[in-house]
Amino acid sequence: MRLIIALAIGAVFGLGISVSGMGNPAKVLNFFDIAGTWDPSLAFVMGGALTVTFIGYRLVLGRPRPVCADSFQLPTKTQVDRRLVAGSAVFGVGWGIAGFCPGGSLPMLGTGLTDVFIFVAALCAGLAAARLLDGVAKQSGGRDALSGGSVRKT
Amino acid sequence: MATTFTPLASLGGGALIGLSAVLLMAFLGRILGATGILAGALGFGDRADWPMRIALVAGMVLGPVIYLALTGAFPVVEVPASRAMLVIGGLLVGVGVTFGGGCTSGHGVCGLARLSRRSLVATLTFMAATFVTVFVIRHVLGV
Repeated sequence: MRLIIALAIGAVFGLGISVSGMGNPAKVLNFFDIAGTWDPSLAFVMGGALTVTFIGYRLVLGRPRPVCADSFQLPTKTQVDRRLVAGSAVFGVGWGIAGFCPGGSLPMLGTGLTDVFIFVAALCAGLAAARLLDGVAKQSGGRDALSGGSVRKT
Repeated sequence: MATTFTPLASLGGGALIGLSAVLLMAFLGRILGATGILAGALGFGDRADWPMRIALVAGMVLGPVIYLALTGAFPVVEVPASRAMLVIGGLLVGVGVTFGGGCTSGHGVCGLARLSRRSLVATLTFMAATFVTVFVIRHVLGV
């Protein structure tokens, strides 16, 4: 049952990406090109998504627990650190070079276009490489970004 | 390449993205972040729920197919980047979102909706970096 629900929710997300234009790198990059072929559509995607999520989360998180799980799992980290800022900056540079973000690219695999598969393959390689880099960082005293109490069970 | 301004479709599509984030929280109690879902589906992190993450990704991939069934065409995907740029961009995105702990969906939608300060800083940072990168590529390097 949980798997069917997850499949359906993924499909709503994928349809939203398809309708909004977030899966089209030309449209995404044009949002950032105010000095050139500017297309403000991306602001409307973010506006629509944020409005619904902001209101919906307030309704949902007031409930005792999720319908099909024991607890809400929310990030607990509140500290703004160098990892967060540096990682986000690197993500932004990559987004600006390729025009695809993770959420925009994954659904577009469904179009079967080779360019999408190339980007997603490189994205997966990047995720793996970051874990190797993080292993090196941990040995030299760094901390793991993705573990260490990043999830709160309420 | 120029694209058409689509305020209504983008607003409606954005609302669907938001709806999926709310439904995931309501039913399964999770943040809808593409980074975490993909990493989990690849077997990184919490192995216990990787089937759920595979199902989420599989559902996402159905999105364009549903769009095709509703409109008679796949969503438009125009890629201004060369394949070398797609590979370099993909690697940087993969590394960046891992250390940054999220991407446009996780920080930009779910995090901002929760009024998370980390997500606000992350979103402003990656938007600024993308803005500068696009400016340099298009107007300084002229690619």
